Amino acid sequence: MPKWVDVALIPLINLALALAVSMLVILWIGESPFEALAIMVKGAVGSAYGWGYTLYYTTNFIFTGLAVAVAFHARLFNIGGEGQAALGGLGVALVCLAVPWPHWTLALPAAIVGGALFGAAWAAIPAWLQARRGSHIVITTIMFNFIAQALLVYLLVGPLKASGMSPETAPFPDGAALPTAHDIAPWLGFRPSAPLNISFLLALVACAGVWLLIWRTRLGYEIRAFGHSEPAAVYAGIHPTWIIMATMLISGALAGCMAINSVMGEAERLVINSVQGAGFVGIAVALMGRSHPVGVLLAALLFGMLYQGGAELEFEMPAISREMIIVIQALVILFTGALDNMVRMPIEKFYDARRLARQRNGRGTGVAAE
Amino acid sequence: MDFATLLQILDSALRLATPLLLACLAGLFSERAGIFDIGLEGKMLAAAFFSAAYAYITGSVWLGLAAGCIASMVLAGIHGLASITFRGNQLISGVAINFLAAGLTVLIAQNWFEQGGRTPALEGAARFQNITLPFSETLAPVPVIGPIYSQVISGHSALVYIALLAVPATWYILFRTRFGLRLRAVGENPAAVDTSGVSVTGLRFAAVLICGFLCGLAGAYLATGLSANFVKDMSAGRGFIALAALIFAKWRPWHALGACFLFGLLEAFGNRFQNLSVLGVDVPVQLMQALPYVLTVVILAGFVGKAIPPRAGGAPYVKER
Repeated sequence: MPKWVDVALIPLINLALALAVSMLVILWIGESPFEALAIMVKGAVGSAYGWGYTLYYTTNFIFTGLAVAVAFHARLFNIGGEGQAALGGLGVALVCLAVPWPHWTLALPAAIVGGALFGAAWAAIPAWLQARRGSHIVITTIMFNFIAQALLVYLLVGPLKASGMSPETAPFPDGAALPTAHDIAPWLGFRPSAPLNISFLLALVACAGVWLLIWRTRLGYEIRAFGHSEPAAVYAGIHPTWIIMATMLISGALAGCMAINSVMGEAERLVINSVQGAGFVGIAVALMGRSHPVGVLLAALLFGMLYQGGAELEFEMPAISREMIIVIQALVILFTGALDNMVRMPIEKFYDARRLARQRNGRGTGVAAE
Repeated sequence: MDFATLLQILDSALRLATPLLLACLAGLFSERAGIFDIGLEGKMLAAAFFSAAYAYITGSVWLGLAAGCIASMVLAGIHGLASITFRGNQLISGVAINFLAAGLTVLIAQNWFEQGGRTPALEGAARFQNITLPFSETLAPVPVIGPIYSQVISGHSALVYIALLAVPATWYILFRTRFGLRLRAVGENPAAVDTSGVSVTGLRFAAVLICGFLCGLAGAYLATGLSANFVKDMSAGRGFIALAALIFAKWRPWHALGACFLFGLLEAFGNRFQNLSVLGVDVPVQLMQALPYVLTVVILAGFVGKAIPPRAGGAPYVKER
């Protein structure tokens, strides 16, 4: 099978299937799927206003998508992005509230450290349990999502609660406010209310960083080797505990950094449920992006458009509620993740048959090596 | 805490344990056959919606129950298709099913009833009525046993008793029938089952569909027994608590009953006492809510006994050629 079929054609067919089923759902509800699609595309990318939200969501999904993707390379399924991002939010909030920051250039590096450390710490326990005690990381990270939720509710109605009715921390100092798209590029038409902020650039840097890590460093090589075959990796002198821990710490840190965008960049305080499911979207993003940073970036952009377009869709077509986004997300996970072989098996068969036919015709003895 | 309060808490714990128990037994069938299922939550949610919707439309709770079970089994079928037929990742398939249910239920509810993603309130025959067991009036005056029988054991809806009966039934099916032996074998060593001429695919599909059916009962109880309509995300993580209970019970039916009752008890305590004080230390209610998850992690870590899942769990079976 040629490489382009594997990395481009199959994911695109899967995506097309997911969208086709989504359109059937819209049709069944009694609305026009093409009209709905037009509203979504226009709402997401048809104006600077739309882009301001689309790229904001994209930023969240890049971080959580990279988190899942890095873990996938070691064949670990980190389903705990939601909890790790929530704890990252706690880390960011503690850093931002700790001192009256004079300027965001000082606050940002400190907040990155805070978010990454807390996110990584929340991933560390399941990772250690997987590495040393053999507890299944999927189950432990799910459990840690719920524990994180309970912990944050406890903190936000108790010790961290600001004076006021709502369960949230005090607003961060002005010096910790990140430059928004309006501050940086007002000539592009971004409004002051657009949530897009400088974290988007940070997310792009993270993509490049993950690419370097996975394909250009010794650790990345070890992670991939471990993911391909644990016995072979052990035979080559790679220590499983170290790889599982390192991978999950990086994964948790990436998920935690999402809070830079959502907590520090947008809300400027820590509220209950600051993650809003982005941790789970990361799974869909990583699956669609084939765990490659470029793929993750494109998939995150697609889901960013989906989220912003979906919000507009709910506004324009009240019959279609916001949950349509979750349905599309579920179908993308289903077709690109779970039902991947449904598309892959026939295509593989087609290429195998073609290769055999060529061999029989005596034309391509060299093709067999393909 | 006096005796009457204790009885009320036990009564409430039994109600709250019922959906957990049904979902836990559902997971037991699936995972014993080697199919991991983190989609219990989604199947329950789908069943909750369809049972409430059809109970409202038809006015009969039993027709609602049937609709709920069918919806749950359709999702189970998708899980089977993905993880058995197409040998996909069972965990990813489970995640997809959870989202599919979370989205579709609200979407359809809004489309059918236009009440902000919920179903209209159910009344009369559209809800499960409480059943008073025989002799509960006569036995009531007997000290200790009487109140326990008449207040805790008697007076629940049919599904509570079905759930309790499902425990010995599950035990019998899994450990005393040929089907059960084969089902457990397929979760430990599918190649051996295949060699003896029994269809691995067939057995696994059977297990997944039983799982769907039981999740259907659990979801229907949520919407038509425990409450009187469907609301958005009403399963509220119960599918995952059931999964936790399954691990806690180490994939055994009777232990599942114990684990689910324990988690039901925790929830009942949390509902009753918003501020619980143990030995002079205030215990936050969030700690009570997190306790099932914490306990599961501790059990999984193997510090208190070791939970060993069925050996072939999670791995698709590829027939030898």
